[in-house]
Amino acid sequence: MLQFLFKRLLQAAIVMLIISLLSFSIKDKLGDPLREMTGMSVSTAEREMLRKKMGLNDPFLVQYGRFVKKALHGDLGTSYFHKLPTMTVILKKLPATLELTFAATLIIIFTSIPLGVMAAIKPNHWFSKLIMAFSIIGISIPVFVTALALIYVFSVKLGWMPSFGRGETVHLFGYWDTNFLSKDGIMHIIMPAIALSSIMVPLFIRLVRAEMLEELSSEYVKFARAKGLSRTKVYFKHALKNTMLPVITVGGVQIGIMVAYTILTESVFQWPGMGFMFLEAVNRSDIPLIVAYIMFVGFLFVLVNTLVDLLYGIINPTVNLLGKGQ
Amino acid sequence: MKTANLSLTQQFLTSDFWYHFKHNKVAIFSAIIFFILVILALFAPLIAPFDPYNLQTLDIMDSELPPIWQEGSDSRFLFGTDDQGRDLWSTILYGMRVSLLIGILAVLLQGLIGITIGLVSGYVGGKTDSLLMRIADVQLSFSTLMVAIIILAIVQSAFGSDAFNKWAMVILILIIGLAEWPQIARTVRSSVLAEKGKEYVDAAKVMGFGSMRIMFKHILPNTLSPIFVISTVQIANAIITEASLSFLGLGMPVTEPSLGSLISIGKQYLFSGAWWITLIPGAFLVILVMVINLLGDFLRDTFNPKLYKG
Repeated sequence: MLQFLFKRLLQAAIVMLIISLLSFSIKDKLGDPLREMTGMSVSTAEREMLRKKMGLNDPFLVQYGRFVKKALHGDLGTSYFHKLPTMTVILKKLPATLELTFAATLIIIFTSIPLGVMAAIKPNHWFSKLIMAFSIIGISIPVFVTALALIYVFSVKLGWMPSFGRGETVHLFGYWDTNFLSKDGIMHIIMPAIALSSIMVPLFIRLVRAEMLEELSSEYVKFARAKGLSRTKVYFKHALKNTMLPVITVGGVQIGIMVAYTILTESVFQWPGMGFMFLEAVNRSDIPLIVAYIMFVGFLFVLVNTLVDLLYGIINPTVNLLGKGQ
Repeated sequence: MKTANLSLTQQFLTSDFWYHFKHNKVAIFSAIIFFILVILALFAPLIAPFDPYNLQTLDIMDSELPPIWQEGSDSRFLFGTDDQGRDLWSTILYGMRVSLLIGILAVLLQGLIGITIGLVSGYVGGKTDSLLMRIADVQLSFSTLMVAIIILAIVQSAFGSDAFNKWAMVILILIIGLAEWPQIARTVRSSVLAEKGKEYVDAAKVMGFGSMRIMFKHILPNTLSPIFVISTVQIANAIITEASLSFLGLGMPVTEPSLGSLISIGKQYLFSGAWWITLIPGAFLVILVMVINLLGDFLRDTFNPKLYKG
């Protein structure tokens, strides 16, 4: 276990190193801090002085070392547009994205598990066939098309739902703005959350169904049935428990992948989260903010993946951690 | 059996594949729709009533006309017009051409890289294999869309949007192609591992053939069916990725729109009631991706290589 932990952490560190190297090269090539700091009136000689003073003429590796050292202290530069430290900007936008992801995750859990189990238990029922048909259609509809269709039907035509922004939020602990504590906030989060979950729900239905079918054909389920246990007990107490293991691991990784889809969802609903901020930064060529976002999201990915891997090793002792003897 | 004497067509008509296909209504239906869409896209210049790239034919007076089944429409425009008076039907045909082209070329690139790496990884084994598969793991753990968004954002700010728009298609194909190779590499690798121990490989080795020849001429043909299955699904994914990127303004420019850019053009007119500019290209995108996915499902069931359980 310790060896596995070490290996996994080493891999995470290498990946982070590559991400930081890439981020720094972008910053180095594209962002000229002097251009932003000084006006037209500053002479070339003065610029050169400033460059020297700021260490911009140092060798690449020296500058990179400085960048990493600062990054480890949470300093990823200052946004050109917001005139604030980039981490402050990102952390301010983080709650909106996290809440959106959280709401979408809730929808995924409470729809895909019951539907997937249903499709596995009664494969020939008309409803199961409908579920499977829905899942193949669902996989084929891009997030933004779902989002636009929702807006057209529920906001433009019926006028039931607000179509953009977070609405009224409740301030918590002096930092966190939440959507979940006011009616307006909940109304605003429903459609973005449905759109965001729409791409994942079909995937999870298929996953739950496939895993559940596998469990149902296993010996212990047959034995439990032969012993005379009721169907519901066998399905939900025994089979479902074992189905959850792969679902959780795949789910962990998928939630990381959902960050990419938040960019699409946030752009359609103008949800003031990290994804929307990133797109704005791209349009404004706000290099430090772009770089900080890449570092932050890269870190998030690596963190989630490493945790999921470690968790898998802990929950499932049969897994071959070091890939030996294969 | 006299299989060897039969012509290729006859071989095909007696194959299991054709038998399964004939008895699967969904597969027949999707195949027909798919071929219609491909033909429409392929012959777009001949079929389209207007040339959407020719700005001189546009008349601003024709802008935002609804599809012909709605009131206030013009019989010249089957699906209505967009904000600049462009015929939506023609634009969709051209857009579908761009989307399909990017999807297919990107998957060809994936196949090229994925097959080579998968073959080498599976055949050579050992340290090479574990290194290549580690890289594939890491790359797969990042979502393609995320990586593509970031790279495109950087490329766009580095070269400016004019240069970017000129090369958008090539850049999109390269990025989608490079980002998704691990999917194919893994599939190939697992088939190679299964094939490697078979006698014909040993025989080829004994006869003194080089590794290259054994890998590409002997093992590869036997791993084609899983590659075929996964490539179909990958084309659907590539089309969705391209559409998403174009929708965000990081893909095809509006002067040469794909389905994704068309949807993004219409986004702002959704509130004024001009739903067709967004939702009709959206419907075409969904149908295109869906029939490809359905065909992929059919292929997987037919060849049943247990792709997702390897």
